[in-house]
Amino acid sequence: MLTCKEVARMVSESYDRPLAWRERIGIRLHLLHCRFCARFVRQLRFLHACLRRFAQDYAEKASRARLTAAARARIANALPRP
Amino acid sequence: MDDDSEADAARPGRALSEPETWLERHGDALYAYALFRTRDTAAAEDLVQDTLIAAFQARGRFAGLSSERTWLIAILKNKLKDYVRRCMRERPLPDTSLETDDPEAELFDAAGGWLHPPSAWDRPDTALEQRQFWEALAACLRGLPPRQSEAFTLCELDGLDAGEACNILRIAATNLRVLLHRARLGLRQCLEVRWFAPGPEGRR
Repeated sequence: MLTCKEVARMVSESYDRPLAWRERIGIRLHLLHCRFCARFVRQLRFLHACLRRFAQDYAEKASRARLTAAARARIANALPRP
Repeated sequence: MDDDSEADAARPGRALSEPETWLERHGDALYAYALFRTRDTAAAEDLVQDTLIAAFQARGRFAGLSSERTWLIAILKNKLKDYVRRCMRERPLPDTSLETDDPEAELFDAAGGWLHPPSAWDRPDTALEQRQFWEALAACLRGLPPRQSEAFTLCELDGLDAGEACNILRIAATNLRVLLHRARLGLRQCLEVRWFAPGPEGRR
């Protein structure tokens, strides 16, 4: 039987690598009788969704960013002349 | 660029435009990506400049396999790798950092059971609509230990794959996973304390 610590580690790693079917079954069995780990699974899913939205919001903001005229002039000045 | 004029016709790929037009054509796109990754306007401007200079020096090696924009972004990504490593050097850590900063040691007992089980979160979905929740999340991200923060930012916010992150951080894939796992444990815990905890510590 997997410990809570092992389950937490695997659930977390499921965001970084595909889990083997044995690992997935082990987690399922553990979650049947462990409400704390079930909670942990839901909370990590929530955290992951939050971070995706956080990153998207930031990416959108950054994608609208433009070089200021001053920065543009400074960079143009620093470039080598062909 | 003169050396390219004859070869261009024979190449299946694309040719580069004149270097003096690069800033005009691609400056904003390079800047936007650099800003997304660095979250620092001054650093992003410097990276655009470094990228254009490096591109000018490497223009003879442009193979025409990708668009000019893609080629420039690839150079920028290399510059960003150096940038991240430089930032890491500027906040060096004791070499024990992989052994310390381990939330697992506090969260679980010797038998692997929860010492501090996750508490029930009340209606987390409503948090998403509150500005203060996002500020709490940002504060939790800032509070991560440096190595965890670097790994987590690259993988979860910047959207790099594990291979790229390992390459930048110069660590093995297993170590990257350990850092990401610890970061998740820490963030979960931090959100619980800062946002979801009932009582005087909680926001509600």
